[in-house]
Amino acid sequence: MNAKVEVPAKVRKAVEFGSAGMGEKPIVTTAANTLFDCIDRRTLLVATCAAAVSNALVSGKTFAGGVVSDRAAAALANPTPLTPTPQFEKAFADIVGNAALVEDGLSLELPEEAENGNIVPYRVGVESPMTPEDHVTRVHLLSTQNPQARVATFHFTPLSGQAAVQGRMRLAKTQEVIAVAVTSANVHFIARQIVHVGIGGCGEG
Amino acid sequence: MSPSKPRVRLPETAAVGEVIEIRALITHVMETGNRTDAEGRRVARNIIHTVTAHFEGELVFKAELGSGISANPFLAFHMRVPGPGELRVAWHDDDGGITIERYTLNVE
Repeated sequence: MNAKVEVPAKVRKAVEFGSAGMGEKPIVTTAANTLFDCIDRRTLLVATCAAAVSNALVSGKTFAGGVVSDRAAAALANPTPLTPTPQFEKAFADIVGNAALVEDGLSLELPEEAENGNIVPYRVGVESPMTPEDHVTRVHLLSTQNPQARVATFHFTPLSGQAAVQGRMRLAKTQEVIAVAVTSANVHFIARQIVHVGIGGCGEG
Repeated sequence: MSPSKPRVRLPETAAVGEVIEIRALITHVMETGNRTDAEGRRVARNIIHTVTAHFEGELVFKAELGSGISANPFLAFHMRVPGPGELRVAWHDDDGGITIERYTLNVE
């Protein structure tokens, strides 16, 4: 894919000129850009970059059906520049277990750039009929870099009408935020978003 | 320290079956337990760990919060209106403080 070759140049430009213009680009492109931004900082191999961006591009698309994939496992196994904390790995394993993860259907909205890590708005939601027979029971919000990986667990009932919640979270540093939704039929959805943090929250030190 | 007077916004009236948004904000320090004071002592964690919303006694929404939630926690969630009744929202913090507020919802 030629796009992979062109993206780094744009990214370097974006890094040089600061992040001001990045918000104007299409979502998929910026997702790739922010990922490259991290990678540039960590000076990883170009080959790794290409793989990571192809992941980012794929996960940014909407699949026609509910495609079950092991991309989550692959992403966690990859030596990405944002290695999750052991605490996250444990929390994630406790929540997901051996369940297959559906990549499409759960939306996790966070800013790509957060100047103040103390107050980062999030919105997470998943389409569901929310009937007694078929509804979302829980949505987990997880941080891959904070001192405490479990940020929140939201419980829904058919009376909720809609499995969506918004609020504000703390991010200690630049990282990937993960959301996992679980339905009454025990289907697991996953969504993730990288957030670049200016001043970290969580009040460490 | 018990949480202060919360602010909750929901429509005064709604249609049966309509999904309404409920926005809840409360003032609370949400002390993470990760910080140390000037003498180097760890400041004990004090967060609102649970927020619940019941309508006529039935659970609408529950949030279990960790220290990764910002101070003055804000939550926006939804409810499918089953009829007229009372919404009860409760916030529980680590110090044992419980704040309970009740709101009346009328139907058209």
